[in-house]
Amino acid sequence: MQQVMEIKNLVKKFGSFTAVNGIDMTLHEGVCLGLLGPNGAGKTTTIEILEGIAEPTSGSILFNGHAIDKSFRETAGIMFQSTALQEFITVQETLELFGKFYQRTLPLAELADKCALGDFMSKDTRQLSGGQRQRLLLAIALVNDPAILFLDEPTTGLDPQSRRNFWQLIRDIKQQNKTILLTTHYMEEAYELCDEIAIMDHGDIIARGTPKQLLAEHFNSMILQLPAADIDVNQLPLPFNYLQHNDEIEIESQDINATLQVLLAHHINLENLKIRNHTLDDLFLKLTGHELRA
Amino acid sequence: MSIRRFLAVLKARNYEFIRDKSALGWNFLFPILIVMGFAFAFSDNTLDTFKVGIYGDQDQATSEHPFFTSRHIKFVTVDDLKSSIVKVERHQLDMLFDLNQHRYWINNQSPNGYILERVLLGSQLINGEQPASSVADMVQFAKTQVSGKEIRYVDWLLPGVLAMNIMFSALFGVGYVIVRYRKNGVLKRLKATPLSAGEFLLAQVISRLGLVMVITIIVFIGTSLLLDVPMYGSYFNLLLIFVLGSISVISIGLLIAARTASEEFAGGILNLISWPMMFLSGVWFSLEGIHPWFQKLALIFPLTHLISGARAIMLDGAGFLEILPYLASLTIMSLVLLAIGALTFRWE
Repeated sequence: MQQVMEIKNLVKKFGSFTAVNGIDMTLHEGVCLGLLGPNGAGKTTTIEILEGIAEPTSGSILFNGHAIDKSFRETAGIMFQSTALQEFITVQETLELFGKFYQRTLPLAELADKCALGDFMSKDTRQLSGGQRQRLLLAIALVNDPAILFLDEPTTGLDPQSRRNFWQLIRDIKQQNKTILLTTHYMEEAYELCDEIAIMDHGDIIARGTPKQLLAEHFNSMILQLPAADIDVNQLPLPFNYLQHNDEIEIESQDINATLQVLLAHHINLENLKIRNHTLDDLFLKLTGHELRA
Repeated sequence: MSIRRFLAVLKARNYEFIRDKSALGWNFLFPILIVMGFAFAFSDNTLDTFKVGIYGDQDQATSEHPFFTSRHIKFVTVDDLKSSIVKVERHQLDMLFDLNQHRYWINNQSPNGYILERVLLGSQLINGEQPASSVADMVQFAKTQVSGKEIRYVDWLLPGVLAMNIMFSALFGVGYVIVRYRKNGVLKRLKATPLSAGEFLLAQVISRLGLVMVITIIVFIGTSLLLDVPMYGSYFNLLLIFVLGSISVISIGLLIAARTASEEFAGGILNLISWPMMFLSGVWFSLEGIHPWFQKLALIFPLTHLISGARAIMLDGAGFLEILPYLASLTIMSLVLLAIGALTFRWE
């Protein structure tokens, strides 16, 4: 795969606070890279520097071998975490407005079709629902048919149905071999959409790889989940690692059969037992010591 | 500079303004309400006092003729005879004396002028018949009669109200809106495109300029027809001074909006500028009577030059050369303010 963007020793400081602490990263053509991290991890600062919106304190960013400059904006598509749009104009007028900014643009009909905007092109942007609005913002990001697409928490605030509809749009865009850098709070979203993920914390990238690689690398066990009411952990200390989440006990096990035998030997009710693989949430918790949404 | 991008922003901004019915309606309604309200309030002249201009030494006048000791007449010293004669023609002065040439002027259409002339003649008589012996050698003034239509307060007010409407529309329609764009992220989104700050700012200036000029012209035509407001000068000159005045006030809006992201702060600054500018630039009252320091201070406001120039054109029939100082002041102010605003502008 061809290397599209190369980031070396990127640093961003705000006074004495270091938001991005010397990260190195490469983005390859047609790959969707997910940048994960809690609030304050430095992912939005990183993505804004890569978009050319913010200036780094130090470090270099090469796009197709050249340092990024103003011409980079012609080839980049950007969807910010939160964007207000000019009021009193329709969806179609908004897309026409942004289309005029670029030398190369997609036909409006194609754009409307791609982002499922066809039914409300004449609607005032103030009257759009959350999902419709996010689709419009995605269409704006795609208006110049970008080679690289930056999506900063694109589904935050959407209901589950709208989020899944949005994921399908991203999958369709991925089919066109576009490079995507996506930040998200949602592990499921990262797992569904990203070919690779990079986990950020305190301005550093602390892990990078495909979701499967990372999970295999950091876990060789499974999780057994039982209602907390079925086990009194104070009366009956368990001989393995466990965590209590509200009304649920999670037991980490490398040998399911052996663990089940221990539980049965202690006459624990297994009627509500669930067994699952580790998720990216577990990985994040293990790597950073706190939950992703903290 | 891309004309395509500039026109796209201009078009979108115009749509935004035109479709915002409440803002658009208020921009028309506000000046009309002010002018009509004042036209009604000052429709009778019962509050008028007799106003006599004196060209020359007022103390000398008192010793030369008993008329100048009459009570309930306001005597004002004038510096320029020519412009004062025009004021008699416009009914802004009821009578004018030149003490050097012993002449006086009255307007043959002015009731106040007629009464004052009777007072002048009467003050020379005893028992209304014979000249008083003590004043037999008093100075005799030669009469000159002029004519001209009265300049009512509303006629004098209209250029000021039009300018004031331009000021509020420009300051808040550009300054406040750009700050709002910055605060809610519109500017950040535009920054991520190839649109340059110059293209964006120019579109804001031209959009607002076009809109305030359309509104000003419509309000001017409407009020002129309704109130029969006089226009003695050139319409082209009037348009020119309104265009330059609008650009200079829009430039102040741009300057205020160059960096701040706080609507509250911007609102405070806009009020801090607009209210003194409105009161000191002569929208409501003439600056002739105020302290010289304030007269000097008023010159820093573009509105002062805009209103003075517009009144000179409309009411005195001033030509291009006569309004040139106002045009030059407005041009310099616009260029300086626009340059500083553009250089200090930040998208975020």
